[in-house]
Amino acid sequence: MENRAIFSGKLLALILVLPQLAVSLIFFYWPAAQALWQSFLVQDAFGLSTEFVWFENYVALFQTPEYYHSIGVTFVFSILVVAFSLAIGLLLAVMANRNIKGVQIYRTFLIIPYAVAPAVASVLFIFMFQPGLGMIARALQRAGIDWNPVLNGNHAMMLVVIAAVWNQISYNFLFFLAGLQAIPKSVIEAAAIDGARPWRRFWTIVFPLLSPTTFFLIVVNITYAFFNTLGIIDTATEGGPNAATQTLVYKVFQDGKAGADLGSSAAQSVILMIIVILLTAVQFRYVEKKVHY
Amino acid sequence: MALRQFGAAAAVTTALAFAASPAHAVTEIQWWHAMTGPNNDVVVKLANDFNATQSDYKIVPSYKGSYPDTLNAGIAAFRAGNAPGIMQVFEVGTATMMSAKGAIKPVSELMKDQGETFDPQSYLPAITGYYSTSKGEMLSFPFNSSSMVLWVNLDALKKADIAEPPKTWPEVFADAQKLHATSPTCGFSSSWVTWGFIEQFNAWHNQSIGTKANGLDGFDTTLDFNTPLETKLLENLVELQKDKSYDYSGRTNTGEGRFTSGECPLYMTSSAFYPNVKVNAKFTYTAVPMPYFPDVAGAPQNSIIGGASLWVMGGKSAEEYKGIARFFTFLSDTDRQVYLHEVSGYLPITKAAYEKTKESGFYDKNPILEVPLKELTNKPPTENSRGLRFGGMVQMRDVWSEEIEAALAGKKSAKDALDAAVSRGNQMLRQFERTAVK
Repeated sequence: MENRAIFSGKLLALILVLPQLAVSLIFFYWPAAQALWQSFLVQDAFGLSTEFVWFENYVALFQTPEYYHSIGVTFVFSILVVAFSLAIGLLLAVMANRNIKGVQIYRTFLIIPYAVAPAVASVLFIFMFQPGLGMIARALQRAGIDWNPVLNGNHAMMLVVIAAVWNQISYNFLFFLAGLQAIPKSVIEAAAIDGARPWRRFWTIVFPLLSPTTFFLIVVNITYAFFNTLGIIDTATEGGPNAATQTLVYKVFQDGKAGADLGSSAAQSVILMIIVILLTAVQFRYVEKKVHY
Repeated sequence: MALRQFGAAAAVTTALAFAASPAHAVTEIQWWHAMTGPNNDVVVKLANDFNATQSDYKIVPSYKGSYPDTLNAGIAAFRAGNAPGIMQVFEVGTATMMSAKGAIKPVSELMKDQGETFDPQSYLPAITGYYSTSKGEMLSFPFNSSSMVLWVNLDALKKADIAEPPKTWPEVFADAQKLHATSPTCGFSSSWVTWGFIEQFNAWHNQSIGTKANGLDGFDTTLDFNTPLETKLLENLVELQKDKSYDYSGRTNTGEGRFTSGECPLYMTSSAFYPNVKVNAKFTYTAVPMPYFPDVAGAPQNSIIGGASLWVMGGKSAEEYKGIARFFTFLSDTDRQVYLHEVSGYLPITKAAYEKTKESGFYDKNPILEVPLKELTNKPPTENSRGLRFGGMVQMRDVWSEEIEAALAGKKSAKDALDAAVSRGNQMLRQFERTAVK
């Protein structure tokens, strides 16, 4: 079955695509070009003095140990966020895919966290985990654990990972649920008749058939962890303590805003864009081969 | 058909709208600020009061977010050719603002051009010195100023058998450890970590933070606060952090609730915390001057102000400047300053306002409000305590905070942390110097 629309003339097709092209041009290509241009400049905060310095901003970045630290922090953070949000999303989707009482209520509640803005999600978790004042923080203190994200980098990382994962689980849950429901019941029943237990059925039949969804979600989750977590980090830890949660995108934000160093910030932005493009390209080239369509 | 009729109607409406505007328009002056809560009410009231006294100018205040957000909004607006008339910038943004010649109009120049009576001598030097050039020309108009004080929970001190609030650092350290028994999670804590432990600490002990009068005399300043005295302070804090006799509460003031909730009996933070304490503290409290090391000659010297000032942006019309100058005269009026001070806790900026408040006996009933003023006027300012002016200060505070956090978490020695703070800060200063408009 061909699912393609065919246009008799090019004009209609062009007109229909034009709005999206315009949006991409104005909101992506133009700012990207400007960032690229700005990364070759050294300016004061107000833009009153400009000096063209070729690749000096880039070279300076690779000479600062803080930049390598940020790269490390970003990878640790992304791996944790992607792994946990995918795993928990999948687990919840499998459980919500059953025919139990109140399953619609469960599904609705599981989808709601996605509607919460990242900064709000972060504030919710701060309320619970703030040392000395938060409910969970106090419970941890009573249990003898010295919970202190204000001074302990690992605790701060845990806090932002938990907030970021919580926000993203619903998105993954939704797609996994849709993917699970697209799997024909006959295949699973056939396996059950052949004597396969649920665990084995899941890994040999369900999971491979879910691979298109999983592949798509990995790409989206990595983008999420790299970029959309800015709000969470800013509200929860502001990149601290001692740069323990300063991901690459947060460093771009801090250097541009607090440091008013738009040249370096733009250079970091360009490098970050290249990193994510490379990651996505690698995924499409190698991981997609393993996907069963 | 309908489209043509609509188009005609729209054209007529637009023409009418333009025709209806009055021939002599009120000059609107945008005032961008970062005040929230009761402070926001003060800003709005000031603007309304000024607008009510005359009909030529209208001050329009807009809240633009936190101090860094407001500064960024202003910078972005300037780059787009759309800057406000007045912008409230926090004290650490001073170097960025004053290095941007053409982007700002110095207040002394503005007042002189407009012929408004403006006597720099009538202002408290400890407050205006921060915002003036080394020659004494005022660059921006001090608005809300505060100093750092030590807030004390007297009930908790009594329970721990401490007779009176500590005056010196050794006393603070000893009291913090005594309080550990009754307040195990926190004996002593603080907000605005770099303002308190680096900036105020050095001024209070007449030590320099950087060369060239802490940067007031030139952009080629270098940091030099990694001294044995500073190391001594940090080492003591690191030691106390181990058993939470001192417990770090973050870089800014998000941890202030720990004082009002009773968790931290000793808390060092801004005097502007007063309205919050008045409302939320359910125990007897007081505020005392910052502690000092008694073996340092000249300590205590005087404190540096915190807070913000009003900057006049460049490239505005002559009409707007006239209105802004009138507004500043309005703000300097003695009775208005007295009212502002008593209601909001902002420090008065004129000598006359301070004297009048003293004479009225206000401080006898509210001694806490005089503590920051006493700190600021303790002694005439020296090269080390007139203030500070470092480019890129907003991010530099983050860098200094990072290093202090590393020391407190035991990742680096106090000395290494301070050395790193100085060297990283110097890198930023050189970068700023390079881009500062000569």
